[in-house]
Amino acid sequence: MHIPDGYLGPGTCGFFYAVMLPVWTIASRIVRRTLRARQVPMLAIAAAFSFVIMMFNVPIPGGSTGHAVGAVLAAILLGPWAACIAVTVALVIQALLFGDGGITAIGANCFNMAFVMPFAGYYIYRTISYNAPVNSKRRVIASGVAAYLALNIAALFTGIEFGLQPLLHHTSVSQALYSPYGLNVAVPAMLGEHLLLFGWVEALVTALVIKYLQKHSPELLEERQVNNEAYL
Amino acid sequence: MKLTSKLWIGIGILAVLSPLGLLLPEHFKAGSAWGEWGADEMRELVGYIPKGLARLAELWKAPLPDYAFKGWEEKGLPALSFAYIISAVAGIAVVVLLVLVIGKALSKRGD
Repeated sequence: MHIPDGYLGPGTCGFFYAVMLPVWTIASRIVRRTLRARQVPMLAIAAAFSFVIMMFNVPIPGGSTGHAVGAVLAAILLGPWAACIAVTVALVIQALLFGDGGITAIGANCFNMAFVMPFAGYYIYRTISYNAPVNSKRRVIASGVAAYLALNIAALFTGIEFGLQPLLHHTSVSQALYSPYGLNVAVPAMLGEHLLLFGWVEALVTALVIKYLQKHSPELLEERQVNNEAYL
Repeated sequence: MKLTSKLWIGIGILAVLSPLGLLLPEHFKAGSAWGEWGADEMRELVGYIPKGLARLAELWKAPLPDYAFKGWEEKGLPALSFAYIISAVAGIAVVVLLVLVIGKALSKRGD
């Protein structure tokens, strides 16, 4: 899901940087107000987890690869705004040090994986786990469902961004200038593989960690612990 | 043991196991992720390399491209797995350092 340099036109790249700048500003404001000093190690762990879990490429035999992102787990434990910062750091380092995701596409990649995904996952989790006791099975299931759906929503956005490129940019002989596949190919491809496989990986990883934390540190799942201020 | 210590150990285990993310796709001949093709794959897929893509694709020279050392592309899977683990450890270290700096700047003191 890491869009490389050259796949998105300059307009799309600029647009997503422009969208993410206020998101990052608001995120740092809200995190400044809500993050407790003793939560900082957990923020670092969440970012490290997101970074390393994205290295676990899962194969579709003979087809392609994909991976979990860890953004929903971070959002459940620290709130969506803190998760946005944690995953942003992971994505920026992946682009700069490892060329995984383009530097021109950092805005778009962060929009998909560090903004859309943690927020979608967080609110799905909160909805399904509404009023459920901290140690309940419903919380584990809620985390898995939220992870599955949120990764797929992120993949849908990525597919749309890819798929719009041939419409936005093409030469007079209708050769694409950037990503060559239209919405009719890009959206089913991105969504299909995440619905089929990668979403389940995200769900499994997220639910397993939540189950582990329920047993060993249930206070982390209490909602008053989470920086859940969604307002500005 | 403190929970955070246990979680750090978990992160360490993931770093050591990370080459699975390299070896499994290789074993199952999975190819590149969708939309992350190199120039050659792109020419095979669509018959040409889009002009804008060709211009921007080499914009950034990452120090550890694709979680490997430069020039190690032909070194074989054990060497690449080693480079993958080093990349994981280095990446985690930089990410953690950056988050600690950001977290220190943003978090409420004494709580």
